[in-house]
Amino acid sequence: MSEVASGDGNVLRAGITAGEIEVSHVSKGYGDARFHTEVVRDCSFTIERNKLTVMIGPSGCGKSTLIRLLAGFEKPSSGTIAINGQPVTGPRRDRLVLFQESALFPWMNTWDNILYGPRARGETNKQTLELAEFLLNKVGLAQFRRKYPTQLSGGMQRRAELARAMINNPAVMILDEPFRGLDAMTKVLMWEYYAALFEETRRTNFFVTTDIDEAIFLADRLLIMSNMPTRVRTVLEIDLPRPRTQLDLVENDRANEIKMQALSILHEEAMKSFSRGSKAAADFVDAYSKRVSKA
Amino acid sequence: MSAVVATSSRPVGATHPRSRPRQSIFRHHVMRAVICIVVFLVLWEIGSRLNAPWVGEVPAPSVVAEAWLPLLQDQGYWYSWYQSSRRVLSGFLVAMLIGIPFGLAMATSRVFHDITFPVFEILRPIPPLAWVPAAIIFWPTQELSIGFVIFLGAIFTIMLNVIGGARSIDLRFFQAARSMGSSNWDIFRRIILPGVLPSIVVGCEVGIGITWNVVVAAEMISGGGGAIQSSAGGGLGFFIWNSYIGFSYPLIVVGMISIGIAGYISSAIIRKLGLMATPWLRTR
Repeated sequence: MSEVASGDGNVLRAGITAGEIEVSHVSKGYGDARFHTEVVRDCSFTIERNKLTVMIGPSGCGKSTLIRLLAGFEKPSSGTIAINGQPVTGPRRDRLVLFQESALFPWMNTWDNILYGPRARGETNKQTLELAEFLLNKVGLAQFRRKYPTQLSGGMQRRAELARAMINNPAVMILDEPFRGLDAMTKVLMWEYYAALFEETRRTNFFVTTDIDEAIFLADRLLIMSNMPTRVRTVLEIDLPRPRTQLDLVENDRANEIKMQALSILHEEAMKSFSRGSKAAADFVDAYSKRVSKA
Repeated sequence: MSAVVATSSRPVGATHPRSRPRQSIFRHHVMRAVICIVVFLVLWEIGSRLNAPWVGEVPAPSVVAEAWLPLLQDQGYWYSWYQSSRRVLSGFLVAMLIGIPFGLAMATSRVFHDITFPVFEILRPIPPLAWVPAAIIFWPTQELSIGFVIFLGAIFTIMLNVIGGARSIDLRFFQAARSMGSSNWDIFRRIILPGVLPSIVVGCEVGIGITWNVVVAAEMISGGGGAIQSSAGGGLGFFIWNSYIGFSYPLIVVGMISIGIAGYISSAIIRKLGLMATPWLRTR
């Protein structure tokens, strides 16, 4: 399951126009003048073409808000977001989101879920059907094409959702903590599977997480976010060779160095909201300080 | 990675595959139902014979059965079944035909909701029984008046369920659909309709139960009669009312049980149809 069938990368790569997203001076707040909360403040970063950019930050720091802005579900209060130089005005197939928990349509089986996008746009020609068939095999769900989402395991649901997004050939794939809630074993298998898929296509990917191991395993570039109102605190280039395995990373000095560096920044950010009395941040500090002392 | 999802809720020991065409009558849940009914009848019979308080006032099952048996050969009694079923079904179908689109419109259009909701909320608490005099005055024929009262019994439940169902559809489904290029019509057809279908089924199941609840009130309008001349002919609801007027208490109970059985069958049919319409829920 964790191995991506090799030799057919051309099919996947065909038609991909990898995108680049430029976020400049974006702010976003909610509520009226009296109860205004600023979630994102003057945030700027680039999601570089053909790279897997991972964003990590303390929980509740505004990452999901940023995703809604990138996807076009909401508009920034100020600042601009542009994909390949074109300003983002609303949701479009060039920026597809994989949500935290499965957002497969429960009333459609795997096959119909994967074909949702092409059917919506009236593109169900022979070529698309072949691509759907290819993707179905790619994510290892050929035998489960007639199954409904509730009949699939958590890992299968995530893979079906990857296929449903990929068939639309998005210029950028946006993933919002997609592997949260999976058990530890499935999670690692999903990392390997997902990383292999990325390495094969080199599609621009933007991956949001709160898990430092996940971040380092996957990232080309790691954006570490500050606490709310959020902005990019540090950018780390993760120059570890691909393909990576979990065991490699445990023993890799460079990986541990990056991890320590990232953790100390995250710890500092989490402490800020901890001192403001946030329960979420308190949990975060708790969880991460244990890991730091182990490392 | 295993994907075996339990598809059976049968108790351990009943290992028949689900595809088996005819299942044994000795299946546990059938047995339990039969035992429960038998125990109920026996207690009722004893209570009635011993003239126990409250139960003693009700004719015993044996007396009821005695009154029922000759009726089974009475064409008028079966005509009552037909009459009531036809009325319930037509009132219910009209309630569905109007209630489902109306509910969907209220759920999807803010403006339509704001205009219609206050009227809807004022009409909703009025019991169907209270509509009987108005229904008689409004409608030109008796049958239309009866159908109207039955219709009122079902429509509000159906509408409320449709509105609630549409509101509870996961926001992310809309966002995902929109991102993948869905038009408004496509979202309505492929997200809202299937998303609301389970709630429609629930609304109909509850709704058809209520139509049988109001059938007595509705058929009081009819004044009996019908194509077949028999005292048992005006519909099951009227049959009860008529038996009460004629002091034939065992027949009241016959009418009550008949309506109970009719309601049970209707709900079972709706449930079956509902499961066929929502195959993805069968896998839970």
